[in-house]
Amino acid sequence: MATTAVGAPPAPPAPAAQPRTSWFSERGPAQFIAAIGAVLGVWIVLFTLLRGRNTLALAPADTKPLHVWLSDLQTSVGEGRNTNPLFTYLFNPIRSVIDAFATAIQDLIAHPVDGRPVPYIGWLGVVVLFTVLAWVLGNWKVALLTLCGLLFMGLQGLWQESMDTLALTIAAVVIALLIGIPLGIWAGISDGFNRFITPVLDFMQILPSFVYLAPLTLAFLIGPAAAVIATVIYAAPPVIRLTAHGIRSVPQESREAVESLGATRQQELFGALLPMAKRTIVLGINQTIMAALAMVTIAALIAAPGLGQVVIQALSTQDVGTAFNAGLAIVLLAIILDRTTTAASERVETQRRKSAGPNTYRRPAIAIGAVVTAIAIWLSYTYQLVAIFPSSLQIGTARIGLDVGTHIINVANSVTNWAQTSFSGVTNGIKDVVTAWALDPLQTLLDSSPWWLTFVAITAIAAIVGGRIAALITAVCLGLIAWPLWLWQDTMDTLAAVLVATVVVVALGVVVGVWMGRSPTADKIVRPFLDAAQTMPSFVYLVPFLALFSASRFTGIVAAIVYAAPVSIKIMADGIRGVSPETVEAARSVGSNSWQVITKVQLPMAARSLTLATNQGLIYVLSMVVVAGLVGGGALGYLVVAGFSQTSLFGKGLAAGLAIVLLGTILDRTTAAAARRIGRTGE
Amino acid sequence: MRRIAIAAAAAALVLLISGCNATKVSDLQSRGQLKPGSKPCGTFNVAINAWVGYQADAAVLTYLAENKLGCVVKQKHVAEQVAWQGLSTGQIDAILENWGHDDLRKQYIDIMGVARSGGSTGNVGEIGWYVPPWMVEKYPDITDWRNLDKYAEVFRTSESGDKGQLLDGDPSYVTNDAALVANLGLNYKVVQGGSETALIASLRQAQERKIPMLAYFYSPQWFLGEVPLVKVNLPPYTSGCDADPAKIACDYPKYDLDKIVSTKFAASGSPAYALLKNFQWTNEDQNSVARSIAVDGMSDDEAAKKFIDAHPQLVAKWLAGTGAETTA
Repeated sequence: MATTAVGAPPAPPAPAAQPRTSWFSERGPAQFIAAIGAVLGVWIVLFTLLRGRNTLALAPADTKPLHVWLSDLQTSVGEGRNTNPLFTYLFNPIRSVIDAFATAIQDLIAHPVDGRPVPYIGWLGVVVLFTVLAWVLGNWKVALLTLCGLLFMGLQGLWQESMDTLALTIAAVVIALLIGIPLGIWAGISDGFNRFITPVLDFMQILPSFVYLAPLTLAFLIGPAAAVIATVIYAAPPVIRLTAHGIRSVPQESREAVESLGATRQQELFGALLPMAKRTIVLGINQTIMAALAMVTIAALIAAPGLGQVVIQALSTQDVGTAFNAGLAIVLLAIILDRTTTAASERVETQRRKSAGPNTYRRPAIAIGAVVTAIAIWLSYTYQLVAIFPSSLQIGTARIGLDVGTHIINVANSVTNWAQTSFSGVTNGIKDVVTAWALDPLQTLLDSSPWWLTFVAITAIAAIVGGRIAALITAVCLGLIAWPLWLWQDTMDTLAAVLVATVVVVALGVVVGVWMGRSPTADKIVRPFLDAAQTMPSFVYLVPFLALFSASRFTGIVAAIVYAAPVSIKIMADGIRGVSPETVEAARSVGSNSWQVITKVQLPMAARSLTLATNQGLIYVLSMVVVAGLVGGGALGYLVVAGFSQTSLFGKGLAAGLAIVLLGTILDRTTAAAARRIGRTGE
Repeated sequence: MRRIAIAAAAAALVLLISGCNATKVSDLQSRGQLKPGSKPCGTFNVAINAWVGYQADAAVLTYLAENKLGCVVKQKHVAEQVAWQGLSTGQIDAILENWGHDDLRKQYIDIMGVARSGGSTGNVGEIGWYVPPWMVEKYPDITDWRNLDKYAEVFRTSESGDKGQLLDGDPSYVTNDAALVANLGLNYKVVQGGSETALIASLRQAQERKIPMLAYFYSPQWFLGEVPLVKVNLPPYTSGCDADPAKIACDYPKYDLDKIVSTKFAASGSPAYALLKNFQWTNEDQNSVARSIAVDGMSDDEAAKKFIDAHPQLVAKWLAGTGAETTA
C-alpha cells in the first residue's frame, strides 16, 4: 500500500466541483476505520516480532556528521563574522541598524541612559502618552483601561520589565508593518504575487516559533536584533494576509466606478482601495501586535530582556508566584494593546460610515492632550518621583505602600503550596496512569519498532487519511528525518507525545464545542476563558503545571493541551452552530432525542470542522513541543533547548528544529488533505 | 470638561512636586563616590547564569560597582555558553564564574581574541554524581560506580522506564552524564530535572522521605551544608580523558573557576574591571551569600550588604586601585 503511494506521481489538485473518489466518498467511514485498524493490526503484530531491531537509537550526547557540521558552521561563522563578506555586507549592517533602532526605543522608555539611572521618559510620561494615544485612536473607555493597566504594572513592581517588553514589541511591530503592509498591498493588487506569498505565509504559520530562534542567533547573535527579527517573522504574516484580504474584498463595482472616473492606478489605490480596506488592515495590525507580544516573551530564550526573562528565571527556580506576577503583567499588556487596536478599528469603521466631519470638540481636546503629554514627559524626565515608579508614597506623615507585586507573589505561592500538598497525590496519580497506559505504549510502538516498519505504517496511514500526495509528503519528510537529520527515535518520541495531546485536545474540542455550539449561554460563559488562554504567553502556565506534575513528559503534554484546546473548541463550536437550524428541527420533529441529534445530525454535518479542529490542534500542540522541552518533555524539544545553551549540541539542536518542522509538515498536510476531501464529500 | 480636569490635575502635580522640593533625576546620577580624576565607570554589562552560587558573586560585585564605583550595572540572564557570544559583540562585559569550557576558550580567547581570563575567583568547582546520605548508610558500597548497576532497579521512576534514573539539572549546565552512562555501560537513563531548584527540591525530599535518588550535583553549593550528599566515585579524571565529548568515561575534573572578560572591557580602564580583577573569595564565602539569598529569602542587595559589612578587609582588598573614595 505504502510503496505504491510513494511511487505514484503527485496528482494535480482536482477542481472542487468534481469530487475525487476517496475512502470517504467511495466507501464511507466504516471502511476507513477498518483500513486504519488493519494497518495498526499488522504493525503491532510485526512490532512484537521485531521489537528493538533497527531502531536508529541515538544517545542524547551522540552526534552525527550533519550535527557536527552544523556545530562547526556555528564556530566558523563566529570566527569569520568580521571577515566574511556575507556578514560584513549583509548580516552585520542589518544587525546594527535593527539593534540601534531597538536600543533607541529602549533608551526612551526602558533602560538607564546617558549616565542617568533612568530612561529619558519616566513612568508618568509613558502612562500619560499611552492613555492619550488610546483616547485619540480609540475611545475614553480604552484610555481608562490603558491608564489603570499601566499603573497596575508599576504597582506590581515590574515597570522596567514591562517597558522592556513594550519597547521590543513596538520595535518589532514597526518593522513588521513597514514590511508587511506594502507586501500585503502588493498581494492585494497582484494575483501572481498573491499566489506566491500565500503558501509562504502558510508555512511561516505552521513553523513553531522556537525553531527559528537558533538559526537567527547564528546569523545575528544574541541580543535585541535577533529577538526583533524573530518577532517580525512570527508577527508579519497576519498583517500581510489581512491587508491583501481587505483590498481584495473591495467590491468590484466600487473599483469600476473609480476607474470610470479616469483615476490612475495610484489614485485608485490611495483614494479608494486603501481607505475602503482600512478597517481590515487595522484588524491585521491588531493581530500582528498580539503575535509580536507573544513572541517577544518567548525571545527571552535568546536573552531578550523584559517580562519573558522574569518568567523563564522563575521557571528555573520554580518560583510560581514570581512567574504568575510577571505572567499577569504580560496578560495586562496584551489586553491593553488588543482592546486599544480593536477600538481603533471600530473608530475607523464609524468614521467611514458617517462622512460628516468629526465632532467639533475633538480637535481642541487632542491639542490639550498633546500639551498635557508634553508636560508629563518633561516632568518624568526631570523629577525622580515620576521617573522611577515609587514603591511607597510619603504624604505628610502617612506612608502608603505601593507594592502590590509582593502580595500577588505571596498569595500565588501559598495557593500553589496548598494545591501542591492537597492535590499532588491525585495529579501524580493521573500523570502515572496516562504515562503508563497511553504515552508509554504508544511511544514504545513508535520508537521500538524497526524504523522501516514505522515508516511504512505511518505512510500507509497518511495515504488512507490524506490521499496520495499526503503519503508522498509523509514519506519524503520521514526519510529526511531518518537521514541526514538522524533523529528518528527522538522524532518518534515527540510524535507519541503530540498524538496523545492531540487526542485529548480533539476530545475536548468535541465535548465543549458541541456544548457551546448548542447553547448560547454556555458559549458566553466559556468564550472569555478561551480568549484568555489564547492571549496568555505559552510558558506562563507551565509554572503551575510544573508545580503539580513535576518535570516530566506529561507536564509538557498538559501545557500543550491548554494551549491548543481553545482553538479546536472554537472551531467545533462554530461548526456545530453552522449546521442549519431547519435540519436540526427536522430531526427533532421525527422524535430524535438530544443525543441522537448530536451524534446522527450535528456531528456528522460538522465533520469538516472536526478535521479542521484536529489539524489546528496538531499544529498548536506541535508548537508547544519546544516549550515542553523546558519542563522535562525530552526528545526533540529538549534537544532544541539544549542546542541553545550547549555549543557542542548546537548542530543537533538545529537538526531537531528541522525535524519538528518536517513532523509539522507531515501532520499538517495529511490532516489538511483529509479536511479538503471531507469538504468535497459534504458538498 | 474632562480635558480641563486632567489639565488641572497635571498642573496640581507640577506644583506638588516642584513645591515639595522634589528630588531631581540629575541629583541621582552617581551613587558611588570616585576619587577626583578617576575614570567614570559608565555601564557594566554582567552575564548572569542560572545557579545561585553565580548569583552570589553577581550580587556582591553589583552592589560594590553600583554603590562604591557609581556604575550602572546591567545584569543579563543568559545560558553560560551563550554568554561567551555576547563577549564578542559588546552585549556582555564579563562572565563572573566560568566552569572550564576549553572549547570556548580556544575559540574566543585564542582564535578570535575577543575575550581573556580575568583571573580566578578563588572558588574550586567540583561536579559529580551524588546520593543522599541515608542511602550510603543502607547501601555502603553504592559510592563505587561499579556497583551502580546492582542498584539500578532501586532508582527506577516513571520517566526512566526499566532503567535507573540519573537526575540532571538545567540543560545548559556543563554535563557529560549521557556520555558517561553510555560509555560506562550503566543501566541508567539521564532525566532532566530542569533546574538547580528542582534538583535541590528532589534531593531534600529524597533525604527526608528516604526516597532513592541519584543526581548530578556540584560544589560550591550551600545545600551541601544542609544535606551532606555523598559523591559517587567515577573512574578518576586524567588529563585529556574528556577530549572527545562523546567518548568520555571518566570523572569531571576539578575546576578552577575563573572570570572571563571581553578584551574591550579589559582595555577600557573602567574601575569595574579593576574591581573584577581583584575579586577573590572562598567557597565558604560564596555559600554564605548564596544561603542568604536562597534560604533566608534576602534580596541580592541585602545579601551582598550583609556580607560586605561583615568582611571589610576583604572588600578593601577588592576595591584597592579602583579609585573608590571609601572602601568600607
